[in-house]
Amino acid sequence: MIIPLEHVLLFSLILFAIGMVGVLTRRNAIGILISIELLLNAVNVNLVCFSRVSEDPMAGQMFAFFVIALAAAAAAVGLAIVVAIYRTRNTVQTDEIQLLKW
Amino acid sequence: MPQLEFLIKCGVYGLMGLGIIAAVGAVLLPNLFHAGLALAFVLVTIAGIFMSVGAEFLGMVQILLYVGGVMTLIIYTIMLTGRLGAKDVRAQNRQGIFAAIAAGFFVCWIGPLILKTGAWPQRESDSAPPLLSVEDLGMSLMTEYVFPFEVLGVLLFAVLIGAIVIARQDRPS
Repeated sequence: MIIPLEHVLLFSLILFAIGMVGVLTRRNAIGILISIELLLNAVNVNLVCFSRVSEDPMAGQMFAFFVIALAAAAAAVGLAIVVAIYRTRNTVQTDEIQLLKW
Repeated sequence: MPQLEFLIKCGVYGLMGLGIIAAVGAVLLPNLFHAGLALAFVLVTIAGIFMSVGAEFLGMVQILLYVGGVMTLIIYTIMLTGRLGAKDVRAQNRQGIFAAIAAGFFVCWIGPLILKTGAWPQRESDSAPPLLSVEDLGMSLMTEYVFPFEVLGVLLFAVLIGAIVIARQDRPS
């Protein structure tokens, strides 16, 4: 590692916290999806940096690959749901979508 | 070469700082289109960090798949759903203060734990060539990790069909 592992871990911790704030506060569903991408990327930074210092460097990078692929899948399905909701409800603000009554 | 190493360190720390600033932008900017662009910037800085720790192929995948694919999808959806940056639409709900407290608590809890753990593994020789070549990754993907790889293929196929079916306009029957 060119820089100490702790600093990378702190970076990804801060990135995760920022993404968490976004997930909790955004009103727009697309904004929430953007924040979820931030969360997944923070996790990926951890995986890759641990793979750099571990005995078996393959495992971390493979996990990062699968996380990237799953994030792309989640984004595709999530955005399709957003488009479908916009068609039927004409809004993407999460607090204006009140389909579940009780 | 200590000078070169120092420059690389400065570059990596700079990337981290820029990434955090852009991440704050991606979360707080009221105009979603700007937030999407800030997210693209964060993704590029993370790709740079990947490359600096010896995962060059993963960095390229990050740029191709995220900045090329997912960002295009997000920006198209933002344009399709409208109400872009309208002045009367609040971008945040009213839980901002609680979310900030929760995130601050999270950082103040995990951060000292990271710093107090003194025994993180360190690799001594750092200017060493990358640990894994693309060939290694491909071989591993086809031998040790072939089952998750195939499952991922099935999942991506399902996602392809599912996304089309969900987003399709309902035909009047």
